[in-house]
Amino acid sequence: MAFELTRNGQVIGYRRDDLEINPPYLYPDYVSTQTRAPKRPLVPMPHTLSEITGPVYGHERIGELDHDLTRQHEGEPVGERIIVHGRLLDGDGRPVRNSLIEIWQANAGGRYRHQGDQHPSPLDPNFSGGGRCMTDDDGHYEFVTIKPGAYPWQNNPNAWRSRHIHLSLFGPAFATRLVTQMFFPGDPLFFQDPIFNSVRDPQARERMICSYDHDRTVEEWALGYRYDIVLRGREATPTED
Amino acid sequence: MPALTPSQTIGPFLHIEVPYEGEERLVEPDHPGAIRLLGTLTDGEGDAVDDALVEIWQANAGGRYAHPEDAREEIPLENGFTGFGRCSTDHEGRFEFLTVKPGAVPGPDGRPQAPHIDVSVFARGLLNRLVTRIYFPDEEEANAEDPVLSLIEEEAQRETLIARQDDGALRFDIRLQGEGETTFFVI
Repeated sequence: MAFELTRNGQVIGYRRDDLEINPPYLYPDYVSTQTRAPKRPLVPMPHTLSEITGPVYGHERIGELDHDLTRQHEGEPVGERIIVHGRLLDGDGRPVRNSLIEIWQANAGGRYRHQGDQHPSPLDPNFSGGGRCMTDDDGHYEFVTIKPGAYPWQNNPNAWRSRHIHLSLFGPAFATRLVTQMFFPGDPLFFQDPIFNSVRDPQARERMICSYDHDRTVEEWALGYRYDIVLRGREATPTED
Repeated sequence: MPALTPSQTIGPFLHIEVPYEGEERLVEPDHPGAIRLLGTLTDGEGDAVDDALVEIWQANAGGRYAHPEDAREEIPLENGFTGFGRCSTDHEGRFEFLTVKPGAVPGPDGRPQAPHIDVSVFARGLLNRLVTRIYFPDEEEANAEDPVLSLIEEEAQRETLIARQDDGALRFDIRLQGEGETTFFVI
């Protein structure tokens, strides 16, 4: 596949008009931003060939059970078994095919298998908390895991993170790279979670919450949740020659 | 049209899933022209950022991206060279890649850009990634003409994007905030 418009160095960039839904770098309620947010204004850069291309991961990096976080050990992890599935779409609603999705999360007790997490909740010997898969030709992906627990963090007194799963997405270009978090419907901790609330637009915040999906719920086995992810769209549709 | 999914911080526990083993090595040590590209990531107080992920994206030595939209077939791809690397910072905020210097690639008006590497930085406390570029110290003329470097008005800010020689390696320190703050881009 080749794109005529990239031949002479003229490229079709990715849209910028909806980027303001992203959180600000400095959001003082999330204390770590105070020493990590740049103070100087960021420089707007046109997209060149370097930004409309990006890493291409192949299926060779994906093991058969990488998408199933409940089957990576001898026994089964403790917790509420769930299926998280949905589609990876571009800003025009088209599927993003054969694209790597990576996830990581805490266990059912809210503890990460990580030396940096020492809060007094037990590790689960049957749960590592990491998974990956490739989207199919329809942009669809699916993970089997357990519902992560809420956990305390030391951002402010009695601070708790809402239940969430971390997601890493590539899409087709350097410009479409996205790292985000997926939340669960009705979490009572949202009101005090500055990471969730750093997204100021209420509708954009809603888009980080998955929905319960009874159609994907498997009788006597697991609850289904649906979560579609939308990456940046193109300024124009590239013409294939 | 569906609306964009917002960005959130990568948090401190990214190592559960990423990077994969060897992702900081884009080439093998015996590859012709292999260079160590290293640096330290610090915050506004000058402290090491020890829980970050640094990603790089670059063309091969001939100036071709391993991606379907770089259709310049006259420049060969190199078997096994993806152009992508990632490295998490260690307890002293250090990261290190093994790669090659990329060739020049076309810019917005068809003229070449100076050789460069695109960089993303993810960390706890960064609600969105930070994007910057690494340029090369032995490309003074090309750097002076580069359409992206030319967007930066102050010379001191342009200088933050030019790596320096350091005992046979190429050093690119990243300062998130404060004195010597790296220039970051909105892309």
